[in-house]
Amino acid sequence: MLGYALRRLLIAIPVLFGILIVTFVMARSIPGDPCKAMLGEKASAATCEAFTQRFGFDQPITTQLYIYMSDVLRGNFGDSIRFSRPVTQLLVERFPMTIELALLALIVATFAGVTLGIIAARKHNSAADVTTMIGANIGVSMPVFWLGLMLAYIFGVIFKDTIFWLPPSGRLSAGISSVPFYEVWGWQLAADSGWSKFLEFLSNLYIFNALVTFNWPVFWDAVRHMILPVLALATIPMSVIARMTRSSLLDVLGRDYVRTARAKGLLETDVVRKHALGNAMLPVVTILGLQLGALLSGAVLTESVFGLAGVGRLLVEAIFARDYPIIQGVTVTIAVAYVVINLLVDLSYSYLDPRIRQQ
Amino acid sequence: MNALLEIRGIKKTFPVRKGLFQRVKGHVNAVRDVTVDIERGTTLGLVGESGCGKSTLAKVLVGLYPPSEGEIRFNGKPIIRAEATERIDTARSIQIVFQDPYSSLDPRLPIWRSIAEGLSIHHEGDASTLWRRVGEILELVGLPPNAADRYPHEFSGGQRQRIGVARALIMDPEFIICDEPTSALDVSVQAQILNLLKRLQEELNLTLLFISHNLSVIRHVADKVMVMYLGAVVEIAPARQLFNAPLHPYTRALLSATPIADPKLRGRRIKLEGELPSPINPPPGCTFHPRCPLANDRCKREEPRLKPKGDASVACHAVEEGRTE
Repeated sequence: MLGYALRRLLIAIPVLFGILIVTFVMARSIPGDPCKAMLGEKASAATCEAFTQRFGFDQPITTQLYIYMSDVLRGNFGDSIRFSRPVTQLLVERFPMTIELALLALIVATFAGVTLGIIAARKHNSAADVTTMIGANIGVSMPVFWLGLMLAYIFGVIFKDTIFWLPPSGRLSAGISSVPFYEVWGWQLAADSGWSKFLEFLSNLYIFNALVTFNWPVFWDAVRHMILPVLALATIPMSVIARMTRSSLLDVLGRDYVRTARAKGLLETDVVRKHALGNAMLPVVTILGLQLGALLSGAVLTESVFGLAGVGRLLVEAIFARDYPIIQGVTVTIAVAYVVINLLVDLSYSYLDPRIRQQ
Repeated sequence: MNALLEIRGIKKTFPVRKGLFQRVKGHVNAVRDVTVDIERGTTLGLVGESGCGKSTLAKVLVGLYPPSEGEIRFNGKPIIRAEATERIDTARSIQIVFQDPYSSLDPRLPIWRSIAEGLSIHHEGDASTLWRRVGEILELVGLPPNAADRYPHEFSGGQRQRIGVARALIMDPEFIICDEPTSALDVSVQAQILNLLKRLQEELNLTLLFISHNLSVIRHVADKVMVMYLGAVVEIAPARQLFNAPLHPYTRALLSATPIADPKLRGRRIKLEGELPSPINPPPGCTFHPRCPLANDRCKREEPRLKPKGDASVACHAVEEGRTE
């Protein structure tokens, strides 16, 4: 098991290298001059020359790649051109927001999707089944940006001044701020060490931070701000998971070993819980891993709609500004997250299926 | 001889739903009026082609389907109309061994849990008692005790069917239904499983209902044979008599289809014309008449009833009238 995980991580190394090279080349093949994009159309030739030299864009692309790669191996993603700050620092500030959003959406989508799928399969061809599946088809057809705008309009505007009102933008209300847990606990952080970066990263997960410091006002405020974005983002994966769970469970419920379980005299609830569900979850887990890609790209749209300062919006803005270091840094980070999640998915197969365990 | 299981007029129909609103458009008559006694310690063989209702009858007996009509008595007590608790007590005395040992075990559970689950439903014993019981049963069916914590995919087909038998035996049943237990296995392994079942029957004084479409297997294990056609019993006879002097034209056709290792006899086969009729709209009169070489006008109008003839019972106008042409 451990050996398998390590082997998978080793395989991930060339994958990440490939991603680094591809994003590096692709970022530079976006038409447009970073100088003009950054300094404006009216920048003079001399200014642009100085700009290009300063950021090394006059070097051959292979040399640029070599310098970039050797920096990345030292854990340095370079400085953002636009903000003149390290990309790592920007990631520490912005990535927790996206993780919070994607993770909550994944949890909501999984629990709601699996539950709906089970209901639909247990009551096959009933009104509940038909309703659930129509709902799932509608859910899967709604674009994230449209659904996000509708939710923001309904709960942020129509329900204004009622108890159903939910904040349509931002992470925290004005006047409420999240105090990092290391400050609450009075820890002294060494400046610029990897460990303090990590702690800062953790403290930017506002909901987590508020939980560990028992700061309930901040916790509730952060949760309320997350409800609409999470709903918007979770709808598509939830519908996909519900449909997958239903068809997979229906298939398993017709299998011979389920008939065996019924013949033993098990209650139908136990038949589903003990025999059918575990076996039906294999394809669902596969879908789960794939949906995470959809969640990350959906997060870009969701963050734009709900005015959240996450890594998705950072990426979009960086692409418009031709801010190469940010584009590369963000893409690689997302790729790492994707690789790790899929590794976890593959490891969970061996928990679900003993046939995979022994290989 | 006292009958352990008395099957009285069992019928099972399934509704056929069609169209946009899934209205009931007819019924599949899977089992049509089966009445038979099975004596303690004997084996009743049940034969018939695919779709004749063999497995449906088995599922009714084991409680997977409620019958549409009829009654089943076990040890003289009716078990279908009995109260829920009584049903559970009797249910453990009737066990079933399923057809396909590859798919009838949950791939996610180690086999001892699949085997012991029947006992744990009845809340019998703690984990260590269950574990010991499983060890004993595994030994009884000829598997090493250390097989208990392995998974189904680690066993061969024959071993898995032994696991299926172990699963049935752990409940100390008096009556075991074997629903084509060997048809998914290699011929050499089939013999092992058949001999295992015979040995267990003698050791534990079991009563068996043995379902198969393989006549050679039935001949090997059965004391009495029941032949079904399109959901109804057409002939019941002691095994020796049925194989030596079959009465019903369908039984004769079935027997003549058994491969014989003699090319000279090949020409004497009775070939049945036509297809098996639909159980949704069975033919009027005798359901076998469209394919029967002896059918006459009476067969087309009047459904024959099962009537005793010597040691056997047969449902055929031609046999009753003594017609042979």
